[in-house]
Amino acid sequence: MPETRELTYAEALREGLQQVMEQDNRVFLIGEDIGVYGGAFGVSAGLVDIFGEERVRDTPISEAGIAGAVIGAALSGMRPVGEIQFMDFVTLSMEQLVLQAAKVRFMFGGKAKAPFVLRMPAGSGTGAAAQHSESLENWFVHVPGLKVVMPSNAYDAKGLLLASIRDDNPVIFIEHKLLYKTKMHVPEEMYEVPLSKSAIVRQGKDLTIVATSVMVPRSLEAADTLSEEGIELEVVDPRTLNPLDEAPIFESVAKTGKLLIVHEAVGTGGFGGEIAARVASSEAFDYLDAPIRRLTGLDIPIPYNRNLEYHTVPQVENIVEEAHKLVQGAY
Amino acid sequence: MAKSNTKELDQKKRVLLEEFGKEQALEKLQTMYDIRAFEEKAEELYMLGKTHGTMHLSIGQEGCAIGTSYALRRGEDFLLNHHRGHGHTLAWGGDLKPMMAEFLGKETGYCRGRGGSMHIAEVERNNLGANGIVGGGLPIAVGVGLSIQLRKTDQVCIVLFGDGAANEGAFHESINMASIWNLPVIYFCENNQYAMSMAMKKAFNVEHISDRACAYDIPGEFVDGNDVFTVYDAVKRAAERARKGEGPTLIEALTYRWKGHSRSDRQAYRTREEVKQWQVKDPIPRFANALIAAGMLDKPQLETIQAKAHEHIEAALAFAEASPEPDISTILEGLYA
Repeated sequence: MPETRELTYAEALREGLQQVMEQDNRVFLIGEDIGVYGGAFGVSAGLVDIFGEERVRDTPISEAGIAGAVIGAALSGMRPVGEIQFMDFVTLSMEQLVLQAAKVRFMFGGKAKAPFVLRMPAGSGTGAAAQHSESLENWFVHVPGLKVVMPSNAYDAKGLLLASIRDDNPVIFIEHKLLYKTKMHVPEEMYEVPLSKSAIVRQGKDLTIVATSVMVPRSLEAADTLSEEGIELEVVDPRTLNPLDEAPIFESVAKTGKLLIVHEAVGTGGFGGEIAARVASSEAFDYLDAPIRRLTGLDIPIPYNRNLEYHTVPQVENIVEEAHKLVQGAY
Repeated sequence: MAKSNTKELDQKKRVLLEEFGKEQALEKLQTMYDIRAFEEKAEELYMLGKTHGTMHLSIGQEGCAIGTSYALRRGEDFLLNHHRGHGHTLAWGGDLKPMMAEFLGKETGYCRGRGGSMHIAEVERNNLGANGIVGGGLPIAVGVGLSIQLRKTDQVCIVLFGDGAANEGAFHESINMASIWNLPVIYFCENNQYAMSMAMKKAFNVEHISDRACAYDIPGEFVDGNDVFTVYDAVKRAAERARKGEGPTLIEALTYRWKGHSRSDRQAYRTREEVKQWQVKDPIPRFANALIAAGMLDKPQLETIQAKAHEHIEAALAFAEASPEPDISTILEGLYA
């Protein structure tokens, strides 16, 4: 395959699912409208034709049941991949994920394992309003025993998904609706992007940005703009939020002396607070020459109106502005 | 159960006793006494301040534990149960020593002292554990059922839960999914008539929880949970159906919890007379008397079995007490695989 082969984020996920299902009979898909409908965002389109209704299983509207199904199947030898149609709906699965999946191994003395992946799209930008636009990743980050993965591009989406399916732990795999149609080169062969490995996605000397999910491409776009002015941003994508590979973040901050954290989820109690706290209590603290800043979603539900929605979460121009201020010593 | 069925039941008991054989019948009785002795010792240890947490005793409900487990392929089929689960693990063939060690929070316990009374599991024998969340095991049973169906084995999964769990939303989601996909799951509701203090009569408008089976178009059966024979028979038939791919069954077994919900329970919601009425229906002597009537057991043998139960518990306790506490340096172990 030529290096130029491009896939969208959704196609990359689908290709990964198809390849792993061809190779491993233990893998099956389960979720709402994932069969003939192809999934609300088309990720599993066509897979039911290849693998049949048993392995691409449509469910009733039963999010607790879906979560229980992946946990129980994982505990008894399978490697299920569940889909929650919108991340918002995972609130209906929380008992199973928080009290069962996350705890089963630890509370049974390390003698059980629950290797499943639960995929779900997060994020705003589609006019879906308050109950279909949540970014709840930090709810899961707060629960030891779960792994939390958030791919920001098509290459990582496939590689992280394959790594997550092969991992022996429960993985909450958070996709972003606005990323599904983004394209890039994705190798056809099966490959893994290792979990718990942060990526430096752009090197720079003036400011470190730690960004997640859709905020990674936005930060990269901001970095392009600022580069024209001679300001070089370094962008770090943790990719796995928990367990976090923190060393590359510390090293980057030690190099640039400035840190801006960007995520879509609301700021209060958000993942940015965790990054800030870890940096502030690390050796990188000595290198900081400005306060750590966070650019996050406002502390409100996502509004419906296009303009209100746009201004609720960080956009490229907000990142440019905030980065400017930090670099120019405004704080 | 109508009186006119008595003769038929006696006939059924005779057939079942022949099926068990003397050796297994006596083993069942021994296990019932072992469970009773374990629970009594658990309570005593609590009173002596030797345990750290609470516990939920199953005294009076041994008929369900024995009747369900022995109707299945213990160690090969799958077991999910809830917080009143000491008896279920023992009936499934669990070892008293790691049981007692877990109860005392020792490193040699089934869960290395991390789980305790409410979370005892024996994963290697497909006992996927007790669950501290009422109804928490119900959705998991769907997944185990799916796994069995996809792996094309003839295993079954039994999930034991109380009357309280039948009013959780998870009950509906789980049974509906098992029903539409014909999963090999046996839903066994051990109705001990109280969800902590909430009486079944107040919490349900249906007479029997098993009546709800019709909402899922699956068989529902109401049985005497203090009678090992009827429990065994119902579970056996449900398992046969499940193994043939005919889907789930909902069984409700009426029983009674002699002790409070947990240690903090002063039992203000029921009368002593009610408790006494149910103590007369003790499942253990009922089973023992059937064995005596069938000529499989005599008084001296019965006394030996009772004495052995106490010996088993004392040996388990000695093992547990001599076992080490988990080392603090291992505190983070077992979180991720």
